Amino acid sequence: MSTMQGECGCSCGGNAGPKIIFSCSGCADVGELADQAARKLTRDGAGKMACLAGISGRVSGIVKSTEIAQSILAIDGCPLDCARKTLEIAGFTRVNHLRLSDLGFEKGKAEVSASSIASVISKAMIYL
Amino acid sequence: MKIQVLGPGCAKCTKLLETAAAAAKELGLDYEMEKIADINQIMSFGVMMTPGLVVDGEVKSVGKVPSLDEMKKFLR
Repeated sequence: MSTMQGECGCSCGGNAGPKIIFSCSGCADVGELADQAARKLTRDGAGKMACLAGISGRVSGIVKSTEIAQSILAIDGCPLDCARKTLEIAGFTRVNHLRLSDLGFEKGKAEVSASSIASVISKAMIYL
Repeated sequence: MKIQVLGPGCAKCTKLLETAAAAAKELGLDYEMEKIADINQIMSFGVMMTPGLVVDGEVKSVGKVPSLDEMKKFLR
């Protein structure tokens, strides 16, 4: 099992750093929706999801990869903004932020479905 | 000291390996060098872009070839 989804790129040929996606992946429905959207974005090749816990735990490979990222997207389910704050505490302030509650997904009442995931993805693509 | 170079074997990976060896030699280090090309093994470090440099289990550099001076700092 790998520590994250997606492929590892080579910087030869002037390739830019990865577009990294962090999801709060919280226990509420909106956290699940954020997580599923980040995974789908990775499967679709729009970016690469990385483990937010790796930032909290200062896992060197994840931190160093994030430092060279072309862009960083944090997807939070609710206004607690756990993903954005975790990144900020680790020193990552150049972060695009998507909060699902701002998109009308209410904690405890959000449906995690292909339709809601597609809705989140369409907004996330603006930042990737 | 264990030095691991992560990368599929392209030009930058080779350059990083050479730089690491040169820096270790200049510093007079007793070291073991390992080249890791397997993508799953590379990703197990959390690395998302190669080349990568790992020193005693800690990722020091990702996606670039450090200069000789930078490399010496990583190895000290």
